[in-house]
Formats: sequence, C-alpha cells, structure tokens
Amino acid sequence: MKKIASYAELNAARAACKPLLALREENTRSGQKRELLVCGGTGCQSSESAAILENLHREILAAGLADKASAQITGCFGFCEKGPIVKIFPDDVFYTEVKPEDAREIVESHLRDNAVVRRLLYEDPAHPGVLIERQSDMNFYKKQLRIALENCGRINPELIEEYVAAEGYQGLARCLDKMTPEEVIKEVTDSGLSGRGGAGFPTGVKWAAAAAQPEGKKYMVCNADEGDPGAFMDRSILEGDPHSVIEGMLIAAYAFGADQGFVYIRAEYPLAIRRLSLAVEQARAAGLLGRNILGSSFSFDLELKYGAGAFVCGEETALLRSIEGGRGEPTPKPPFPAEQGLWHKPTIINNVETLANVPKILRRGAGWFSGIGSEKSKGTKVFALAGKINNVGLVEVPMGITLREIIYEIGGGIKNGKKLKAVQTGGPSGGCISEENMDIKIDYQSLSSIGSMMGSGGMIVMDEDNCMVDIAKFYLEFTMDESCGKCTPCRVGNLRLHEILDEITKGLGTPEHLEKLRSLGQIIQDTALCALGQTAPNPVLSTMRFFSQEYDAHVYEKRCPAGVCRELLDFFITEACIGCGKCLKNCPASCIGGERKQRHVIDPGACIKCGTCAGACPVKAIIRK
Amino acid sequence: MPQSPQGEDCKKLAAFLDSSIDSSGRNESALIKTLYEAQRIFGYLPKEAVFLISERLNVAVSKVYGVISFYSFFTTKPKGRYQVKVCLGTACFVRGAEKIARELESRLGIKLGETSLDRKFSLESLRCVGACGLAPVTLVNGKGYGRLEVKDIGPMLEQYTDGKS
Amino acid sequence: MVTLAINGKSVEAPENATILDAARELDIHIPTLCHLDLHSLKMLNKAATCRVCMVEVAGRRALAPACSTPVAPGMEVKTHSPRVIRARRGVVELILSNHPKSCLTCPKNTQCELQSLAAELSITDITYTGKMSSHKADKSSPALVRDMNKCVLCRRCETMCNEVQTVNALSAVNRGFRTTVGTAFAVPLAETTCVSCGQCVAVCPTAALSEVNNIPSLWKLLGDTEKFTVVQTAPAVRAALGEAFGLPPGRAVTGKLVSALRLLGFDRVFDTNFAADLTIMEEAAEFLDRVKNGGRLPILTSCCPGWVKFFEHQFSDLLDVPSTCKSPQHMFGVIAKTYLAEKLGINPKKMAVVSVMPCLAKKYEAGRPELTVNGLPEVDLVVTTRELVRIIRDAGINFNSLPDGEYDAPLGASTGAADIFGISGGVLEAALRTSYEWLTGATLEKVDFEALRGFAGIKEASVAIGEMRVKVAVASGLGNARKLLESVRSGESAYHAIEIMACPGGCIDGGGQPYHHGDVKVLEKRMQALLSEDQGKKLRKAHENPFIKSLYADFLGEHNSRLAHKLLHTGYVKRQKM
Repeated sequence: MKKIASYAELNAARAACKPLLALREENTRSGQKRELLVCGGTGCQSSESAAILENLHREILAAGLADKASAQITGCFGFCEKGPIVKIFPDDVFYTEVKPEDAREIVESHLRDNAVVRRLLYEDPAHPGVLIERQSDMNFYKKQLRIALENCGRINPELIEEYVAAEGYQGLARCLDKMTPEEVIKEVTDSGLSGRGGAGFPTGVKWAAAAAQPEGKKYMVCNADEGDPGAFMDRSILEGDPHSVIEGMLIAAYAFGADQGFVYIRAEYPLAIRRLSLAVEQARAAGLLGRNILGSSFSFDLELKYGAGAFVCGEETALLRSIEGGRGEPTPKPPFPAEQGLWHKPTIINNVETLANVPKILRRGAGWFSGIGSEKSKGTKVFALAGKINNVGLVEVPMGITLREIIYEIGGGIKNGKKLKAVQTGGPSGGCISEENMDIKIDYQSLSSIGSMMGSGGMIVMDEDNCMVDIAKFYLEFTMDESCGKCTPCRVGNLRLHEILDEITKGLGTPEHLEKLRSLGQIIQDTALCALGQTAPNPVLSTMRFFSQEYDAHVYEKRCPAGVCRELLDFFITEACIGCGKCLKNCPASCIGGERKQRHVIDPGACIKCGTCAGACPVKAIIRK
Repeated sequence: MPQSPQGEDCKKLAAFLDSSIDSSGRNESALIKTLYEAQRIFGYLPKEAVFLISERLNVAVSKVYGVISFYSFFTTKPKGRYQVKVCLGTACFVRGAEKIARELESRLGIKLGETSLDRKFSLESLRCVGACGLAPVTLVNGKGYGRLEVKDIGPMLEQYTDGKS
Repeated sequence: MVTLAINGKSVEAPENATILDAARELDIHIPTLCHLDLHSLKMLNKAATCRVCMVEVAGRRALAPACSTPVAPGMEVKTHSPRVIRARRGVVELILSNHPKSCLTCPKNTQCELQSLAAELSITDITYTGKMSSHKADKSSPALVRDMNKCVLCRRCETMCNEVQTVNALSAVNRGFRTTVGTAFAVPLAETTCVSCGQCVAVCPTAALSEVNNIPSLWKLLGDTEKFTVVQTAPAVRAALGEAFGLPPGRAVTGKLVSALRLLGFDRVFDTNFAADLTIMEEAAEFLDRVKNGGRLPILTSCCPGWVKFFEHQFSDLLDVPSTCKSPQHMFGVIAKTYLAEKLGINPKKMAVVSVMPCLAKKYEAGRPELTVNGLPEVDLVVTTRELVRIIRDAGINFNSLPDGEYDAPLGASTGAADIFGISGGVLEAALRTSYEWLTGATLEKVDFEALRGFAGIKEASVAIGEMRVKVAVASGLGNARKLLESVRSGESAYHAIEIMACPGGCIDGGGQPYHHGDVKVLEKRMQALLSEDQGKKLRKAHENPFIKSLYADFLGEHNSRLAHKLLHTGYVKRQKM
C-alpha cells in the first residue's frame, strides 16, 4: 500500500479497498462470483489447511473458474473442534473438517454445479441428521459477540488493504485528527475496558498513570507472551488480525506519549510472528508506523522481541527484564512500570486482546462499548474452550454470560455424554469452578468471589474422569517448572505444596497434610513476590474448597473416586469377562490367572496398576475401583 | 559426544552479530534474539558461540549463561535428529497426554528432556501448541500428530527410521 | 517528608525511604535476611527475594516486603500482626526446609545470619520437609569455597560481584527450585574471571561462600620441628582483629597480635609493614624513573592481588602501566628467604613464611607460579584475620588479657607510612611522602594528604612537588577501578599515579576480615584505627625506616638495583576477558 499521509487519504484508501470485501458483505446466494476463505490459524494449519488452500487454487484453475472464484486464507474462525474450516461467500456456506482431498468436490460441486457439498456441512449434535449451512445458525456462534475477533474469519490477515477496507486505522485517525491525548484516555476510561491479560485493571487508568509522568522517553509494550497452557486467544488475534493490535498500540502510545514500542511475543508462535512482522512492514510502508503518522506530529515505531519459553515473562516486570535482555525475574511493585518500566522509563504494557479492542472503542465510542457486558465488567471476553467439551474452540462472549451458556449452548456440552465435574478458568493462577456455580455470570468480580479468576481466558472443562487432586498437582507442577526461582515462597513453597499433593495421590496423605496445604497456600499467597507466585496455590485452594470430598476420599479412604491416581487403584475383573486371555497375555507383571473361557482374576498383591489389561480387554470387563 | 561447532556456522553467527549490533550501545537487549539466531544456526548453543556472543555484545558470559539457563527454549546440549515434543498443556493433559508421554518414554528409552545416545531422538514436553481441538498433540520435527492414543505412538515413531526424515 | 503510621505510631520519613528505614527511625525491629545496604560503599542489595521482612500494609491484598516498599503518605503498617508472624515464620521454615542442618560443623557457626534469624524467631520445628538442593561444592579456587547447598539466594554475592566489583564471575543460573548462583557453563570458579577478592564471602549471610580453610595446615606447620616458622601480619589485621574478641571496633591490637602469634609458637613474628615501607622505596623509585625518563604514565599500584588479576583479565592491553613491584606480602617473603635466612644462618628450604592477611586474594597470590625465589614459594601459607581468630580460640589463648608484644627485628620495624597501606589512598599517600622528599630534596612538613582518604569510590588530587603538579587518583572497589581505567584508556583522564584497591575502602574491608554484618560504621572505625597508628609513629615516611636503609646498604644496593629488580619486581600475564 502506498503511503497514507492524512485522514483524507486514509478514507480514500478505504474507499478504494472496499470492493475487496464486497462479496463477504453481500448476502445473496446467486452471486456471479464467489470467494472462499480457508482458516489459516495454527490449529487448522496443523490439519493441513495450507494444502487445502493450494488444492483449491489448483482445482479452481483446472475447472476454468479462475475468473469466477478465488480462495485465500483468513484468521481463526474459532470452531477448532470442527476444523479445518472453509467458508464460501457470498453463499454463506460453512464447511467443516475439510481435508485437502475435498478441494476438488468443493470446486466441482459447489462452485461449478452450485450444489452444496452436504457431507462437509456441520451436523447439529442435538438433532442428528440436521445439517447446518450458515455459521450464524450454529449454536456455537449464536451467543457469541465478536469484537476483538471481529476480523478473524473475515479478512485476509496478510493484506493491509483488507484491514483498511474493514474500517482499519479509522480509530487511530479519529484520535490524531480530532482528539487530544487526554480525550483518548477519557474515552477508553469511559468505555470501561479493562486488561484482558488477567487482573482486569482499567486500561484508561493505567494509561493515565503513564501520561502523568514527566515528558520524555516512554515505551508502549504489547504483551503477546501468552503462556497459559490451553489458551490461544492472543495467538489467534495476532494470526488473524495483526493490524488491530498495531493500531491499538498506536492509539495507546498517542494517549500517554510514547514513541517507541515493543511486542513481546512467544518464539513458539512462528505463524503469529510471521503475520505480525508482515503487518509491521506494511504499516511502515503505508506511513502508519514511523514519523509524523497521518500527517500529525505523532511518531511511533515498534519492534518485535521474542520470549524464549518462560511463563513468568507474562508478568509485567519480568517481561520488561526480558526485553532488556536479562533473566525474566519479576521485581517488586511499586515502582509500577507506568512510573519506572523499560530502562527505568515510564512504560505501559497491555495484552493483545486488550489492544485489539481499543481501535473499535475509538471508532464506535465509549458508550457503545460500555453498553456491552455486565454492570461491572464491560465488553466481551475471548475464551479458549478446551478439554472434555464437544466444541473445542475460541469463543468471544459478552461479559455477564453464564458459564452454563458457554458450556452447554456454545460448547455443546460434555464429550461422550459424561457428567461435568469442573470448569477451570484463569489457568495456573485460577481455580476450578464446580457444577453448583455454573449459573454464575462471568465477570472479573464474580470469578474472584469464588476463588478463581478471569485470567487470560483459558477455559478447561473437566468431567467425572478427572481427579481434582491430580489436576491441582498438574497446575502446581506447571508453576514449579515455571517459577523464576527468585523468592522463597514460590521457589520452595510451591515445591512443598506439590510434594504434599504427590503424597496424597500416592495414598500417603494424612489429615495434617490437608491442614498444611491450606496454611502453606495462604502463606504463599501472602508473601510471594509476583502474581505468578501469589496465585500459584489457587488451583489447590479452590479444589480443596469445592471438591473437599475428593481430597477426603484420597486421605481417609485411600481412594481416588475418578480412578486416576494409580497407586490408589485396584483393578478388578468383573463377571463380564469372556476368558479370552488378552489381559493375561498383555500383563507386564504376569499377575493375571484364569482358564480359557473362564473368568480371569488379578492378583492384587502383584499388580503394578499399569492399566494395560483394561486397555486390552475387548469387553470392558476390567474396572478400576 | 557433542560435535564442535563448524567454522561455517561460526561465520554465520559472526555475520548476524555484525548486522545486529546497535550503535546506541544497548546491545544487551539484543541478547535473546541473538541466542535465538545462534540456536537456529547451530541447533543448540555451543560454548564457542556463547563466548562469541558475549564478547561481541559486551555482556559477561556468566550473565549470558544465566539467561540461557533461564529460558526453556535454549539448550546448551545438542539435540537428536528427530525432536519429539509432547504437549502437556492443560487441554492435552485432561485428554490423557500423560499416557502419551509415558508411552513415548518407554518406546524411546529416554526420559523427557533427554536425547538418545545415538542422537537420533530427543524427547521434550511443551506447554500448549494451541491446537487444543486436536488434543492430545505431539510434534515430531514440527509436524503435528493430533487426537493421539497410546496405540498410535508405535506407528508414529516408525516413520522416523534412519534414512528418512 | 512523608507521614505514615507503623504499629499505630506516627513517623516522618523522607520520600524515597522504605518501610524498613522508617521502622528503624522508630526503633522498631523488622527482621531481614537478603537485604544489605552498605551505603558508604555504594552497595545496595534490594532484591526482596527472601520475603522475611514482610509487613501488613492496610489496603494491600498481600503482605509487603519492608525492605523494598517505599513509604507513602497515610500508610498504615503493622510489623507484628499474627498474620505477619505466621507468614514470616512460614518463610523462614521454608528456607530451613532446604538448608543443611549441619550448623555444628559449619564454618559459619555462630556467624551465620540465617542461624541468628532462626534463633531470633525461636524456630524449634520445621513444618515442611522434602527435596533439598544437591550441588557439588566448588573447591577449585585457592581462595574461596562455594557450597551452594547453603545458599539462600539472597543474591548479595551477585550484586557484589557484578554491580560493585564488575568482575562478572557469578550469575543466577537455572530457574525454579534449581535456581542457584553459579559460573558460566558451571565451570570451576578457578577457571573464571574471579579475582578472589572475597567480597562475595564478606557479604554472604551463610556459609554458601567461605574462605579456603588453612587452619589445619598451619597447625601442622607449627608442629613441624624441622621448620623455622616466620609470620608476617598485614596492616589491616591489627585494626579489626580485636572485634572478634569483643573489643570495640577501631581499637588497634598490634601488641596483642604479636603476643598471640608468639604464643602460638612462631619462631619469628614480623610485620608486613616492613615490606610496605620497602614497597614504597621501589615503587617511588620506579615512579620517579618514569617521570624523569619519559616512561609510561600513569603508574598504577600493584600491591593488591585482586586488582592485579582484574587488570590482567579486563585491561590486558595496558599491562605496561602497573608498577612492576611485587606486593608487600611477597617482598616480605622474598627478603625473608634470602636476606633474613642468610643473616640468621638458616637454610631457606627449612623456612616457612606464613602471612596473616585481611584478604582472600592473598591466598591466591601466594600460589602464582612466578612468585618463587630460588625454586621456593615466597609465601608458604596464608591465613585470614578470621582464621587467626579461630586459631587463637583453638589454642585457648585469652586474647584480651595478653600483654603488648614487640615485633622481632629486623623485619618487624616500620614507619607510619606502612600502616596506612590498609586503607584506600594510603599507598599513594605513603608514596607521595617519599617521592616529595626525593624529588625536591626538601622535608615534607605536612605529611597528611587528606584528599586521598575516606570511603569515596574515586578520589582525585593534584599535589605540588617542587615545580611539578602531580595529578593522582585513587579508586577502591573494582567497579570504580574499571571506570578510572577506562578513562585512562580512552585518554580522557591524564594522571601521573593511580592507586587501586580491589575492596571498597581498602584492606580494612578485605574479604578475610571479621564479618561486618552490614554495619559500615565498623569499617569507618577500622580506618580511624590505622590513621591513629600512623599518627602515633615517630617516623612516618617509609624512607626513614632505619632497617630499610640497612637492607639496601647491606644487601640490595641501590633502589631499583639489578638485585632489587630480580627479587622485588615481577611481570603480568594476559588473561581472558569474559
């Protein structure tokens, strides 16, 4: 794109680029031309979406449809469970679980013969046999409201022209042309936008703190070090709509007076890095990064810095140390980064999702944004829905929606018809929410009131086969691995918590263990240096609060109700046994006996509880109890 | 035995350093990027490369080592030709990734974080590749294998015999 | 000023003060462990890692570390609420759960800050048990031992080594429970840029860092009837030794020190001060030679072995700048094994020279391969002030009631110029006293060069010597030395002479001195003690030492003579920078 030197030129560019999106905005099924968008997110790319795109290109050519149809990539549609996704415009047909070899049929049947490929349509699990063509008719999308993800699945993230056509950089232009920095801060404050990275601190208030610092060098940092295991919101935004993050950073930098920015991004996100770098180059070429942006006196440029595999670098002060080239060890707050950040200069750190919301607020106004959400938490939140749920994927919902709506309506309920046990939010810093709290309205306040937190948006669903003690241990193991090792409570305390949990899962737990978990957990919350350490005991304390009977079963009855903790299991062959001998043959400890065609028996003394037999049994006659 | 880094690789690193040294003198902030590049060139971070980086960026080698040892992405030991990475993120964990990890350990005869003596396989865990819809996931040299079950591990590894890559 | 309330009492504190500072104003004690503030030495360790000093601040969700939380107007702090006490004890118990319980046999027994803390908090039971760190002790260094199993990760050593000394031998490595302080690639300390200054040992709260123990070797030597044992005592030892026996800091105990050594069974008790005077002869002569003959200027002092190793690593392009004079410890050793041995009719092979030093680098220096005389080590064994304390206790000597003894002749006599070798600026001051008189031929009336004294990291002066204005500079602490040397290298500064001591403040703050436990006032008093020693001497210029005069007359000949050069001068080697 050529250089854009003013608001007027931006509007001209928007008008010029508008036709790029024409087919996607029409709502007709009889178009002469068609456009195919293929999901190009990491999840779908793992399922060969790049090959799908390539095959589509080839088949379109082969079918002589090059002037009637085109195919390109887009950002994550969110419905990862059913990926890869191919969406056809203007027909508004949504194909799921597409394979590269399906390209020919899509082209020949749908594009050439105008016949929808029915076998690639989504089947409503609640109504077997009912096939759904339109995205908007799917339960997965019905209750979603896409603001941060607005452009994911809508534009090609590798083309700045499409972003500009989709009202991109209009928010920035409005700021530079019509608003003082103070007015921008006020707008964001009034919108009620709060940090989407975890703690939910009001974004406008944060900016104001840096704006209040004496004039001079200030830095704007985007935290793209998404490390919460099982969360991929930020990555999807960076892959699907990188310009919205750049625009958000520009607006923030203008508001508090920064001229230099950094995006701190996980090195493990190669695709996001590639798309973002490309977007930065395009923005620079268009004069949207650099000196005198849109003809104003405002200048800003940014640089990518790689995270190298340290979860703690999601913590603001640790992230800054890492950008400076050091070990990502947090430092005490105060001083807060807004006062003393990078190289001791005032620095604002916002996460990706927060920044992706900013351009829309500046475009549509604070009133529009604050009209969405709950009383205290405004706007939407993106969640990465995963675990034992039917519709794994990325969902964006208004604040105030209930967990039940997310799990059962959007998520389609629990996999394999099992019973929901818990929903974990907030990752290693959060807690497990039990069935009785499913009707809680999701916002920052309500989640903390039940010992969890919003966190960055990981939402892991667990069913009756998950042991909550084991889950708590899993999270502790994560925090232990990721602890920077600087302060005593996190370095030693979390190890001790883990050791106690380990003993409990091995049947060595005592009532004193439970008391120690509780008191040590509180001491760590009270004394650790950074938020990672302080919140590390949350998964333990919250599971102890809502699933105490499960801890009791481990400690008092030496029993794991979910049948996960190996040392507490006894394998048992029921009357269903047909005496086929498969278990006997596969048992590595040779502890199964029995005549052929007779019920077999496990010697519990010799059994090493490996579970191989249960896997080998063709009639599921071997149970754990 | 760890191979000593090739002269060609050292030259590449030196060239990268030439291009990345900042005249503003804030070279320390280029450290992580430089280590990343060095590891891309050498496959790991040999002593020679680390000393070269330390000298050129004027950051004490003890400090550079402190940084390397902090970030799980960096390694000072050579890795196997096939790098098997099993995702132990939460979504994979609740869908049985631990069983997959155990199966990989037993089939490869190495523990997580180790490299086989013949330097054929390295086994590592990682936290969330973001393909939670495919959980549990394992990567071999970057290629993803999703919705794995224990029985899939043998056939998956059989594709990586010598002569093929 | 900011007004806040601590435990209900109102207090005013400066704006940049911490809660800990404010509490001290009120005489409220908050226990600390990692925190260390040596203000006059510009060393501040504010890592806030241990979490012992936690206090309750109204309105904050979690507790706050008093050491690093700035005061704020209207702040309400509680330092001993039940919540604070529970957290503090919990944290100390966690530290102890990963700390060896071998206090009885630990080199830091009764001197350990963790031990004191556990006693202060009456910890009688450790609630938590589990995995403990298991690092192999690094005994590669001739000066110090690193036993990281005893490390509490206060990070003081790292701050000292990197920020104050800029030696950069140590860094935090690994993360999580595996975090430790170590060298690059975990190589032995002896293979790093460590200069053995021992400042890390001086600030370590536990025995994670301690000196190499030469006590058993010393007892063995004293028991060897074949050996003629000669001991020398460095100037700074006398200024600090008394502290360990409960005497007030700042009292020089020279006479008792001599008596104690004699009681221990040394055949001769001599003074490194003698060699300090000798050093001035050689160094002043070398300086004047360079001035008169257009030699390399500035000249740098070379009596500090930590400094010598530092410039060999960091300024190997400037190896021609330092004086070639050996340090007083080695001038002494060499004279003992030549001149003295001949005078006393003793086979030098049967003579053992023992040094009592405030320094750990002297242990390293004694092992430098080039510092030998006729194939014999110039110095056989070095013990620190701290080790001498333990030897005296070991022997059951009641130090405080000892009479004042006199050093033996001839290597026991010294002038006041030698005493001030133990403080930063002293060597240069002593050299100026002599150079002045040699260059002008006139008597120097005012011998005190006050501009060169005190704890400032870098001191400068311009001194009129006859027609000439001599520009001199003094640095103590290797970070300051680095700054000074860099300005010399770049040509920014032009000096005639520079004195450098590795330890901040000079040898009185050496790595082998009794622990100051963070009390810098102790160091100021030690400095006063040496200045008084100097002032109390009739002779205060090195060249006035009659025994030095006869050493030259009877043995060495001229200053800087061929023999003097052979015996008293040395050279330097280039070492790796990183």
